[in-house]
Amino acid sequence: MDTLVARYSRPANLQRETYAEDQHDDLYNDNSPALSLKFAMPPVAQPSAWLRAATDDRSNPNCPIKIAHGTTTLAFRFQGGIIVATDSRATAGNWIASQTVKKVIEINNCLLGTMAGGAADCQYWLAWLGMQCRLHELRHKRRISVAAASKILANLVYQYKGMGLSMGTMCAGVTKEEGPALYYIDSDGTRLSGNLFCVGSGQTFAYGVLDAEYSYDLSEEAALELGRRSILAATHRDAYSGGFINLYHVKEEGWVKHGFNDTNPIFWKTKLEKGEFTNVTSSLD
Amino acid sequence: MAMFSQNPIMNGPNYSFAEAPKAAMDGLREHRFNPYTDNGGSTLAIAGDGFAIMAGDTRLTSGYSINTRYAPKVFKIGGTTSSQDDANILLSVVGFAADGEALQERLDSVCKMYRYRHGKPMSVNACAKRLSTILYQKRFFPYYVYAILGGLDEEGKGAVYSYDPVGSYEREQCRAGGAAASLIMPFLDNQVNFKNQYVPGSGIGHELQERDRVPLPRDEVEILVKDAFDSAVERHIEVGDGLQMMIITKDGIEEKVLPLKKD
Repeated sequence: MDTLVARYSRPANLQRETYAEDQHDDLYNDNSPALSLKFAMPPVAQPSAWLRAATDDRSNPNCPIKIAHGTTTLAFRFQGGIIVATDSRATAGNWIASQTVKKVIEINNCLLGTMAGGAADCQYWLAWLGMQCRLHELRHKRRISVAAASKILANLVYQYKGMGLSMGTMCAGVTKEEGPALYYIDSDGTRLSGNLFCVGSGQTFAYGVLDAEYSYDLSEEAALELGRRSILAATHRDAYSGGFINLYHVKEEGWVKHGFNDTNPIFWKTKLEKGEFTNVTSSLD
Repeated sequence: MAMFSQNPIMNGPNYSFAEAPKAAMDGLREHRFNPYTDNGGSTLAIAGDGFAIMAGDTRLTSGYSINTRYAPKVFKIGGTTSSQDDANILLSVVGFAADGEALQERLDSVCKMYRYRHGKPMSVNACAKRLSTILYQKRFFPYYVYAILGGLDEEGKGAVYSYDPVGSYEREQCRAGGAAASLIMPFLDNQVNFKNQYVPGSGIGHELQERDRVPLPRDEVEILVKDAFDSAVERHIEVGDGLQMMIITKDGIEEKVLPLKKD
């Protein structure tokens, strides 16, 4: 009886009418979070297999729903903080869906994430991570460590293992306790800390340049140039990478953006002023 | 998957139940779950200085058959009445029409609830983020929809946000979606963002100087939209019949329907 009374004595705007069950909370409940963990599921026995048939263009080139892929992202630790650099191309099969994707995701003013794999997965879960980091700050009255933040994300994606999430992300931040800290997290549940990571279809090309020139004692200017040059190499040799070079520098006070620049002029500048890329000719005859 | 091969010789007309087993089989057999149909069509959005234009053709196809010549793809979102006269946001959807309509209704009710609660319309950037989460809520059973959201930002400038089916989004100057996206998008890159346009006589080869980007006036953009669709109709079977254009400015939303070729 009490439950009946409770049910029918709610304010009018909370009474449910003909909406489907899953729509109620969002529309009528003020305190349900927008970034919730409730997902609609297809009414089949094997949702993940069905999803793969509908969205994975590697196992099924004719799949109807093309999810954006293809990337080069890199981040490395050095004495002055962390450099994060990415390209900006999104591809769906052979179609270049966008040349202006922001693959560096600003989780908050001192933590950065990078985007490789499914664009929506990275955008959504890194925004969700931002929310978790803010809640941690409010609960504990201090900034979250990069180790803790990356573990929150790793634990989350591990829960969804095998469901079809696709993300390869790096979390970069500088804190008092850790100094510059860099973690690699992917949708398999891998979480690694390290000095230097490249992720995506162009990772090998970026590693080639980065490994050759990297040292922890790089100056800020040299480190930024190395990040830019490594992405440039990847956009040059990997067809799935290109567009613009997005550069960030993470310091203890927070991150600083160092531009979102078209690769083409940077390529010609590098070739003509430094004499690199001699495989490409600059004369027209 | 043959269902999306769009070839009726292979699999009959492209209804979603086309792959139901044609003859009874031995033993237990599970029906393939085919919840999607591609209803063709194309959409286009361009942001200007003090306006945004959203456009879509009005043909709805299923395989090679044209089911209707007037099915709108552009919707007003977040008004207070059924006529949506005071709406401040536009949504275009292309892909599977049923999912598109479901998405439009969902976003509209979310915007309406926001208006009742806060006593003001939802801003475009808030709505853009919300649409992203709505799409992502169906990450494991996606809306088969390519959505574009348009409106005016806080500074009164035109804003266009484009989405993939599971909710990754980006603010852009222009975007084409749907069947003829690959025909229209390169044209837009050239005519709106002046890609591969150079100042004459500024050099040869890599020395050429790029043409400066300037915001286009509204009348020019309207002509651009019509030209883009006329060209797409000429080369794509799923595009045609009518062109629905909605133009949002500080004075409200203006709707125009222009004819396209009907063959």
